Amino acid sequence: MSISIFDIIGPRMIGPSSSHTAGAVRIGQVANRLVNGRVQAARVTLYGSFAETGRGHGTDTAIVAGILGVNPDQGTIRYAKLLAKEADVDIPVLFSDEEPEHPNTARVYVRGEDGKEYTYIGTSIGGGRIRVTSINGMDVSFSGEYPTLIAFHQDAPGIISKVTSILALEKINVAFMKVFRSERRQGACMVIETDTPVDEATRIRIVNNVDGITEACTL
Amino acid sequence: MTSYQTFSNGEELLSICREEHIPISEAAVRAELSREEMDRTGVLNEMRINLEVMRESIRVGLEEQQISITGLMGEDADKLMAFSENTVMGREMARIVASAMAVTEVNASMGRIVAAPTAGASGILPAVLIQYGDAHDLDEDQLIAGLCNAGAIGMIIARNASIAGASGGCQAETGSAAAMAASALTELRGGTPEMCLHAAAIALKNVMGLVCDPVAGLVECPCIKRNAIGAANAVLCSDMVMAGIESIIPFDEVVIAMRNVGRMINPDLRETARGGIASTPTAQRIAEKIRHVEG
Repeated sequence: MSISIFDIIGPRMIGPSSSHTAGAVRIGQVANRLVNGRVQAARVTLYGSFAETGRGHGTDTAIVAGILGVNPDQGTIRYAKLLAKEADVDIPVLFSDEEPEHPNTARVYVRGEDGKEYTYIGTSIGGGRIRVTSINGMDVSFSGEYPTLIAFHQDAPGIISKVTSILALEKINVAFMKVFRSERRQGACMVIETDTPVDEATRIRIVNNVDGITEACTL
Repeated sequence: MTSYQTFSNGEELLSICREEHIPISEAAVRAELSREEMDRTGVLNEMRINLEVMRESIRVGLEEQQISITGLMGEDADKLMAFSENTVMGREMARIVASAMAVTEVNASMGRIVAAPTAGASGILPAVLIQYGDAHDLDEDQLIAGLCNAGAIGMIIARNASIAGASGGCQAETGSAAAMAASALTELRGGTPEMCLHAAAIALKNVMGLVCDPVAGLVECPCIKRNAIGAANAVLCSDMVMAGIESIIPFDEVVIAMRNVGRMINPDLRETARGGIASTPTAQRIAEKIRHVEG
């Protein structure tokens, strides 16, 4: 693949670091996209290089900005703590000295207005790109670059095709799809990255009409 | 759509320029068009937005008070700007150098910048092009051409060596940015494509082996001052080339040498904050203090 001139002159970004600032915003945005409506509570723990140099790179501020829905190129990132106060959400950021698998790692807990809670682990993998590696205790792997449907389900045959046929009826094209399972809980999780967003009505149809689906969320 | 050629090194770039009778900036635009992702208007518009954000980052850095996240840095660009009439280097060079520091200060205080080629070296190219352009009444299209020329040089370095401090040291970041700016400035002054590559080669040679040793791992010290010397390096190399001086070693060979030196640089001196300036007692004290600020 040939390199683009805009890989050299660009990207336009909020400094100081694409991995520690822009990537941190994107990890925070996953929380904002997971909850329906307003974020009611959140808590962040930073690990590895995020914990060591995060304060100086504004990683803590950046991730809070993302949780509040700010984009990586918006100048308001640095006022995230003020924005949180205005929105009346308390978002504590803890710095851990535990060794993570990936140097730039954050664990985020978030609760929405509907009371639904999510805990996920996000890693910043360079150039502002991220990967979510765990959600609600299930090991997963997705980039957050696409609209994403995450459905928790029983590890049984037939469930996946029922979900994809509902998506097909709604003319939602699947870009990438992966299924993960945990041996311990006998539970499984499918992560479907799509070209167009999975709307709330479709999400509810999947939860209500497919036997074996225990929960589904979108971002 | 006409299919356009792309290039992977300086020799190929020069042969395209010679065959087509075009400057490096046009060869860079055509290389981007050959990817078939954007049309010419799209490419030039995208570059125009980059130029606007660069111009704004200089303005913010010089006019508004910057306080870096650690509070270590923020007003050095203003100090040099205020002193510009009294400098030995002269007003024009002082304004360029101060602007390079201003953009890097904006980056360090969570402001908006354009990576060129990285966030850590983002001050050099905008400072050289925009301050030179303002002093010599260049129009926007000429500055956009300058950015495209710089992009071509950066693409060749990224392809054959590296533009990341973590893999090549500071020579790969502020060295590459200086080479890009030296070449772009030379084209804007009427230099030939060959002269542009001489300027880029000399700029890279001048900082061959420069290590990446940020205090506390942050893009502040010594990065802001390294952007200052990077801008000065670019201007000096363009001046030398315009005076008729050539690089004895061809650009492509310098790039490969830079890549090899990057591999020889100990990892402690590649953005890990374990060696160089970062390992001094003062730097260690600063790092310790940052670890203990609030929360």
